[in-house]
Amino acid sequence: MGALNQLVIGASIGAVLLLASLGLTFTFGQMGVINMAHGEFIMAGAYTAFVLQPLFGSQAVVVALPAAFVVGGVLGLLLERLFIRRFYGRPLDTLLLTFGISLILQQVARDVFGAPNVQVTAPGWLTGGVDLAGVRMPYNRIFILVLAVGCVMLISVYLSRFRHGRRMRAVMQNRQLAAVSGVATGRVDQATFFIGSGLAGVAGVALTLIGPVGPTLGSAYIVDAFLVVVAGGLGQLRGAVIAAFALGVLNSYVEFWTANGASFAKVVVFAVIIGFLQFRPQGMFVLRSRALT
Amino acid sequence: MAPGKWTTSLSSIILCASLLLAGCADDPSDGGSSGDTIKVGVLHSLSGTMAISEVTVRDSELLAIEQVNAAGGVLGKKLEPVVEDGASDWPTFAEKAQKLISEDKVAATFGGWTSASRKAMLPVFERNKALLWYPVQYEGLESSPYIFYTGATTNQQIVPALDYLKEQGRKSIFLVGSDYVFPRTANKIIKAYAQANGMTVVGEEYTPLGNTEYSTIVNKLGQAKPDVVFNTLNGDSNVAFFKQLRSGGFTDKTMPTVSVSVAEEEVGGIGPENIAGHLVAWNYYQTTEGATNAEFVKAYKAKYGATKVTSDPMEAGYNAVKLWAAAATKAGSVDVEAVKKAAGGIALDLPEGKVTIDGENQHVFKTARIGLIQPDGQIKEVWNSGQPVKPDPYLKGYPWAAGLAS
Repeated sequence: MGALNQLVIGASIGAVLLLASLGLTFTFGQMGVINMAHGEFIMAGAYTAFVLQPLFGSQAVVVALPAAFVVGGVLGLLLERLFIRRFYGRPLDTLLLTFGISLILQQVARDVFGAPNVQVTAPGWLTGGVDLAGVRMPYNRIFILVLAVGCVMLISVYLSRFRHGRRMRAVMQNRQLAAVSGVATGRVDQATFFIGSGLAGVAGVALTLIGPVGPTLGSAYIVDAFLVVVAGGLGQLRGAVIAAFALGVLNSYVEFWTANGASFAKVVVFAVIIGFLQFRPQGMFVLRSRALT
Repeated sequence: MAPGKWTTSLSSIILCASLLLAGCADDPSDGGSSGDTIKVGVLHSLSGTMAISEVTVRDSELLAIEQVNAAGGVLGKKLEPVVEDGASDWPTFAEKAQKLISEDKVAATFGGWTSASRKAMLPVFERNKALLWYPVQYEGLESSPYIFYTGATTNQQIVPALDYLKEQGRKSIFLVGSDYVFPRTANKIIKAYAQANGMTVVGEEYTPLGNTEYSTIVNKLGQAKPDVVFNTLNGDSNVAFFKQLRSGGFTDKTMPTVSVSVAEEEVGGIGPENIAGHLVAWNYYQTTEGATNAEFVKAYKAKYGATKVTSDPMEAGYNAVKLWAAAATKAGSVDVEAVKKAAGGIALDLPEGKVTIDGENQHVFKTARIGLIQPDGQIKEVWNSGQPVKPDPYLKGYPWAAGLAS
């Protein structure tokens, strides 16, 4: 049964990875912005739950989901309007810029909330779990899984059914063509950044259910998030979904089958991704495009 | 567009720089010095994964320095603490230690928590012939002439904990630890003990420091079904571990654990509801009886807030300052060699009881105590060694430990 248990654990690791990287799929994928501060939006979302805790008690996590979306989104919007807008087409400069901003945001969190990590208490109905045919399913993991699947569904509906979403896709696929077709790409970029960063905030709330909240919470996930996006293919929703769950399950089984597996699993995951990118440098799914770039 | 671009990026740089500077403004090291004070270094992780534990040790050391100053200082001079942040990063500890020694010219440094940080600082202190007072229980097998160890070595904490488990009839042990020198060495000692005492080690797992994903280890625990889990995780990995142990369906009854790096402060972070009923091994608890401890707890709460708790490493850090001050007073000088020579045999009445410095190995005599975590976050002592145990960092008094030191 242990092996079957591990599938559930892998799926839950995958769900966390997916939530953390979902927003990045768009900001990185659509806009080509290497946003190192994405992790700090995750952190901001987690602290949102912490701030709401005195007001809503143990139900804070639920209230925090929409609140963190807005907090992350507004932070992202500010970052886009104030800084990134001026750096389009200069990926290396953006990388340095957002890395600097991520350090500043970490220090701000340290000054506001203190350096030691804090805790968010999970609602009573999320503690404990259920045994299904010998497989243990903790409620908080099920919640994260449902949240991740819900976010993916909402986004795919938004991208395919809504006018704004379709414009987002249009810009993602061919910026120049979208622009000459009358899409205000600047405005679409803002919306993309808002949604992408908001999703990071939501991921932050989910992370409070499994571990402590601290100023460096985001930097622990940012590398994994980029791995998922790169392995899945830039701007590819289904690529991100498949890559996240594949990496999660791979990680969980390697850890399970090797003694002292936690460190080893990370090595294997990195090695597999490096190997994979040798064969498919553009990730699982490639955007078909006639653009020259 | 073009001119505006430069001015805005320039102003953003200035903004960034001023924010960074604002972050450093509370650093007390920029106070300047005069001939009437003695500078001492306080070097702990004030950020990163170890901050949960180390910030409070800094606080209690500052309290001790304040008390020493209130009582007239050392040799008629006030102590001036220079606080540095090791940032949970071992090279940073070495760098900051060097800075304290060569730039601030501190008489002694109080600092470190993880053995990795101590190992990083050790060559710096030995090279500069400067003094480090290290306040945390550790894995033993070390005795640097330039370090005083005020926390427990293995025969004052881990070995008594194993004796206790053996007495309770716990035969199979699962080892879970952070992946660095302390847990790995401690587990080597535990395995040697187990082999000599008819216990079996059914599993051994390490995770990177700061790891928060423990469901696989919880699953492995469920498969191995040990009598007890010996937990040497450090920092806030403990939070994730105990939360996930509980959501994995285990309680203190079905998967009992004994931890050696979880004290009152960490219990608060983990949430008492997640860890009540589990065992810990230390030399001091906030509940330890005695007038000196009552005073210490009262002074700490008065300075830092009524909701704060005191813990073993905090107490050991507090002790370190008091013991150094006593040694310097006895030596009549803050000179490193003079203090070292004077330190042996110094005995003070401190919160955990009577603490004596063993001049031979620069460790201290400590009473071993096993505690049970209570639902209110405090720890109740369930067993103690009766009297302070003589430090034996190389476990020379234990035949089963022969060969470990090499």
